[in-house]
Amino acid sequence: MTDISTEIDPYAALQDKEPAKPPRNQWLDVWDQFKKHKGAVFGGGFLVFITLAVLLGPYIWNVDPQKLDIRNKDVRPLWTALWNSDAKTLWHRPFGTDNLGRDLLAQMIAGGRASMAVGWTAMLLSLSIGTAVGVAAGFFKRLDGLLMRMTDLFLSLPILPLLLVAVTLFRQPLRANFGPEGGMFILIVVVVGLTSWMQTARIVRGEVLALKEREFILAARSIGTSSRAIIMRHLLPNVISPIMVSATLGLAVAIITESALSFLGVGFPSDFPTWGKMLADAVPRMEQFPERVLLPGIAISLTVLGVNYLGDGLRDALDPRIRGR
Amino acid sequence: MLTFTIRRLITSIPTLLFISIVIFALLKLAPGDPMAQVPLTVPPEVKQKMREALGLGAPAYVQYFKWLNQFFIVEPQFLIDWMTRDSALFGWLPDTQFSMMYDPELQKLVPQQRTISYQTRSPIMDIVIQRIPQTLWVVGLAYVVGILIALPIGIYSAYRHYSVFDQAGTFITMVGFSIPPFFTGPLLIVIFSVSLGWLPSIYDTTHVVENWASFKYQLSQMILPVMVLALQTTAQISRYMRASMLDNLNQDYVRTARAKGLKENTVVMVHVLRNSMIPVITVIALGVPSIFGGAIITENVFGVNGIGQLLITALFANDTPMVMTITFIFAIMIVAFNLIADVLYGVLDPRIRYD
Repeated sequence: MTDISTEIDPYAALQDKEPAKPPRNQWLDVWDQFKKHKGAVFGGGFLVFITLAVLLGPYIWNVDPQKLDIRNKDVRPLWTALWNSDAKTLWHRPFGTDNLGRDLLAQMIAGGRASMAVGWTAMLLSLSIGTAVGVAAGFFKRLDGLLMRMTDLFLSLPILPLLLVAVTLFRQPLRANFGPEGGMFILIVVVVGLTSWMQTARIVRGEVLALKEREFILAARSIGTSSRAIIMRHLLPNVISPIMVSATLGLAVAIITESALSFLGVGFPSDFPTWGKMLADAVPRMEQFPERVLLPGIAISLTVLGVNYLGDGLRDALDPRIRGR
Repeated sequence: MLTFTIRRLITSIPTLLFISIVIFALLKLAPGDPMAQVPLTVPPEVKQKMREALGLGAPAYVQYFKWLNQFFIVEPQFLIDWMTRDSALFGWLPDTQFSMMYDPELQKLVPQQRTISYQTRSPIMDIVIQRIPQTLWVVGLAYVVGILIALPIGIYSAYRHYSVFDQAGTFITMVGFSIPPFFTGPLLIVIFSVSLGWLPSIYDTTHVVENWASFKYQLSQMILPVMVLALQTTAQISRYMRASMLDNLNQDYVRTARAKGLKENTVVMVHVLRNSMIPVITVIALGVPSIFGGAIITENVFGVNGIGQLLITALFANDTPMVMTITFIFAIMIVAFNLIADVLYGVLDPRIRYD
């Protein structure tokens, strides 16, 4: 104890020195922690890969997924030739074709496009509703009771049955107005978004309630910042980490919900491929053609697994108590 | 505690009313016509009469209150009468006549009007009560199996944190969490019924258990749907169990228990386990309704004609009263299990005092 205090030069300690190097960016720390989580890196990488694949895929593999080629129907994927030399395989149909001769690789890409588009849009919608409700409830005391009561009520709704009801009943008018694909897209996105914002709202409210009492908010208020500016400039950047974590969860939920609805036969129209739809269509003949179930099923599962791992890693990386350990 | 329970019970009434309004409004706003299946040769005025006969002519609020009255007053009366008359549990009680009403014209007691399904023209609650055992057998058993697998996995992977078992367990639960049941279902059918031929792929609901062979068949046909549902449950609950155990293992009281020389087994299985079970039990209670919802898909895959499958067929047939009733039953389950979870939390954890 005593020898340490004698070594410190009291005058040097009082001098106001510049830091040797600029302080590290917070996001660099987050990235360092994130890299330690192998699963999260894999998950994030896979999500980027699948997103790029469905976005750029149609330009590289420019086969029309809807083109019927009835002469080349029921072609098996290339790899079945490894153990079954009698199987009908074609080099220009690497994943095989379905019972109408449509190319499965092109269908997988198109289906992934639909699933990812629904997933991302529904997730963004549910995030914006959740964040808006959470911030409003946390920041404005008058709204808190009402909004949180509403959140609790929404949490006690039976989600999957209601989704089924809504999608089945409102299909017809939306189809008439926005076309079969557009109408269904709007319907699924809105319905999934409206029923999955509650967790985000609760988490954001909790964070905002804690942040609101901090000194920097008091400082901002004391120089006359308006509530709107406080929320946009001081609160939202500070609640970004829980929002990002619930974004990953929301993406996984949205992709699964869309596939489940398609699987139950209330999703997109039958000529519009999505992963869930392809899986459902392949189930009756899965004994002869197991790959038609496996390919979309594995695609859904790997995407959701990747997103879940990404969320896990983000949660660890964004938590300052864990970071650096 | 009792006052809290009563207060919670009373506050759940507006919640249920809100949900019933949402369900009713959704079905009323929806542009579906139960007369859509009627042939076009039927003249419009006859169709209008048929609509009025179904009770669709009255204003929306009248229909809503009539529905509430049917659901909360008339149908329970029929249920009580049925229980005192035919059920094995309460059959010894004197028969009741709650559901009968005095008809002044006929000068005698006649049964009240029940809620009728558009599809079958028979009382909805009778169909629901026929279907519930199938769902309960499959879903309930799956939930129990899932919990029984999940708890040891969660406990052991928390106890051996960062071990190979923990890594593998975390990975497997993550996979189980991510693979949707509509993929695991067909996958297991391909493996176990198509390739290996061990188990039947379709659940035969009419199967009657009367001897050992038929019992074995019943068991074998239940394995696949139970496995699919149990995978989801296991994944969720073992994650909670592990996290809760990890929270408790580093607490001071654990060090104290070890320091006073208790056996490791006692420390983990009694001290830590009992404390970490508190949040897990509430999660288990909260998960019951959602697994019923998830069973809709599994029932569809395996052809179990339970309550979820009933909902799907009713939806496709535009059977509004049936859809309304089943959705509301799901809602009641959610509210009830939320309440149970809240009360259990207070009962189990002496640190929590609601009063």
